[in-house]
Amino acid sequence: MAASHSPLRRLAPQLVILAAVLALNLAVFPDFFRIEFQNGRLFGGVVDVLNRGAPTAILAIGMTLVIATKGIDLSVGAVMAIAGACAAKIVADGHGWGTALAGALAAGAACGIWNGVLVAWLRIQPIVATLVLMVAGRGIAQLVTEGTILTFLNEGLIHLGAGTILGIPTPVVIWIALGAGVTWAVRKTALGLLIEAIGINAAASRLAGINARVLLTCVYLVSGLCAALAGVIVAADIKGADANNAGLWMELDAILAVVIGGNSLLGGRFSITASLLGALIIQSVNSAILLSGMPPEFNLVIKAVLILAILVIQSPRIGHWLYILRASGGDPAPRRAKTVKETAR
Amino acid sequence: MIRSTSLPLIVTLATFVIAYALCASAYPAMLSSRVVANLLTDNAFLGIAAVGMTFVILSGGIDLSVGSVIAFSGVFLAVILRDTGIHPLAAFALVLAITTAFGAAMGGIIHYLEMPPFIVTLAGMFLARGAAYVLSVDSVPITHEFYDWLQDIYWKAPSGGRFRLTGALMVLTFLAGIVLAHRTRFGQNVYAMGGGVQTARLMGVPLGRTTIGIYAISGGLSGLAGIVFSLYTSAGYSLAAVGVELDAIAAVVIGGTLLTGGTGFVAGTFFGILIMGLIQTYIVFDGTLSSWWTKIVIGALLFTFILLQKGLTWATTLRRRPAPGSPMPS
Repeated sequence: MAASHSPLRRLAPQLVILAAVLALNLAVFPDFFRIEFQNGRLFGGVVDVLNRGAPTAILAIGMTLVIATKGIDLSVGAVMAIAGACAAKIVADGHGWGTALAGALAAGAACGIWNGVLVAWLRIQPIVATLVLMVAGRGIAQLVTEGTILTFLNEGLIHLGAGTILGIPTPVVIWIALGAGVTWAVRKTALGLLIEAIGINAAASRLAGINARVLLTCVYLVSGLCAALAGVIVAADIKGADANNAGLWMELDAILAVVIGGNSLLGGRFSITASLLGALIIQSVNSAILLSGMPPEFNLVIKAVLILAILVIQSPRIGHWLYILRASGGDPAPRRAKTVKETAR
Repeated sequence: MIRSTSLPLIVTLATFVIAYALCASAYPAMLSSRVVANLLTDNAFLGIAAVGMTFVILSGGIDLSVGSVIAFSGVFLAVILRDTGIHPLAAFALVLAITTAFGAAMGGIIHYLEMPPFIVTLAGMFLARGAAYVLSVDSVPITHEFYDWLQDIYWKAPSGGRFRLTGALMVLTFLAGIVLAHRTRFGQNVYAMGGGVQTARLMGVPLGRTTIGIYAISGGLSGLAGIVFSLYTSAGYSLAAVGVELDAIAAVVIGGTLLTGGTGFVAGTFFGILIMGLIQTYIVFDGTLSSWWTKIVIGALLFTFILLQKGLTWATTLRRRPAPGSPMPS
């Protein structure tokens, strides 16, 4: 992919879909692209999409790595709730926001390592292993908050979710920096290659000398950390930790973002940039539905239809049919056939 | 020696008996037939949905749309009974037809477009929940004399427990599920698919028909669970039954079915449901424990059963292939 071809070609489907959805936004709300600077903060439709999409985008970064190893992490929503609860609890006990953030990240790391140990050392199927924490996690979060919604007024912590850095909302800075950092880490080193190797053929990668256990544990650890960060942002945004609803169904949005990003659920090649675009597409769809003034009851139906449409377009079978159609159409240009084959994989 | 495939079922059964004995020793009142009757009535909708989920998981798939379909069925029933003069029985038939077709459509997409069940049923979950919202955002009460009549059917045990129609329906569904899974060709095909799709194809299993059938059953049973749920609550609400699919999956796993597919029993799911119901009943009896302990205990149980299954798989692989450094099953 990106290494041998132009990265733009890999990202083309996502960019086209994003452009189409943004155009839809513009059609229903002409001022969508106007950005204003007021009270030391940027305002505008695009800024809103970037800001509101932050939790999904951050989750999608960790989820991309997990899915690249042929795994899945269903527990991210519950980990978000745990991390938010921990941060709120620490602040409520009178500690600073730095301690709270560190505590929340430590909780996320512990959850990630738990998942990683189940998957890598006990060799439990990822969907099952992470299901345990998905079911029990919200209970643990409620144990931390003692069943209430813990509210807090710590300026530093709130700044993480609702503040700005140089006029840009903090969550936007966080997810872009994190995305760039992780992409750099996996692409400028052999890390990305090793992760893909595990996803494509675990046995072969082990024979090739890859320490799959440690690497897998680390991948789930990163996913836990991302989930904790997203949980803190969500809690900071509403100035409270809601163990029941924080991050509810976010794991599904994160997985969707990865899938819309064209990453195969069967592991292997991955692109974090494409997943981030996927997260932006989901958020743009949400914003288009809201801006169009349609009754909110239709949100889920429209989202489901859009997801189905996007998935059908990306379906390997459809790609195969297109390939056959083009091949029998008498224009077997080799370059084209190769592209189609790529989507068919 | 006990066959290792039936060992999880025996462990589930033993867990249930031991747990019940422990509960009864703490609160002797838990032995009353009222508790048993309520255990069946309160978990009826979950149990019916879990039978469908068992088939899906046995085939190696997953169905995330269950809770949403239950909510949709409830709202659909409530709205149609409020706005039209249609008899509830006809409405029930309509609901079952719609949900079965919905499940079949998901199965068709999974098979013909070769998409992962996880994503397809996720879209189905959004669609069904969304359709419920579109029908009504508010909770719609159901007031129909036929409903009152159905709710009043019960068999009163000598010691006071009331065994209601819905509990009996759940038991019947489980019996039908057991027959379908273990005594029909369709059931064998489901097991074959769970054992390995490629092998099943080479064996001549009609993959398309079986996949569509499995998800149609899951959809139809979710619809039936929705009907039972509407009888239970006398209302239809689009936000109801959130996360029921997780409870159903947990019950199936606690019941000893392998989430990778191919191994398990429908009867195990029944005891999985009963164990989960027992935990809730115990928490109610105790009175000091908070409800979130339910989730933690169910999570811990899930973990224990997964470990147990893993240990069994290891044991059988080692016996079959005692060579040192043999590759681990993955």
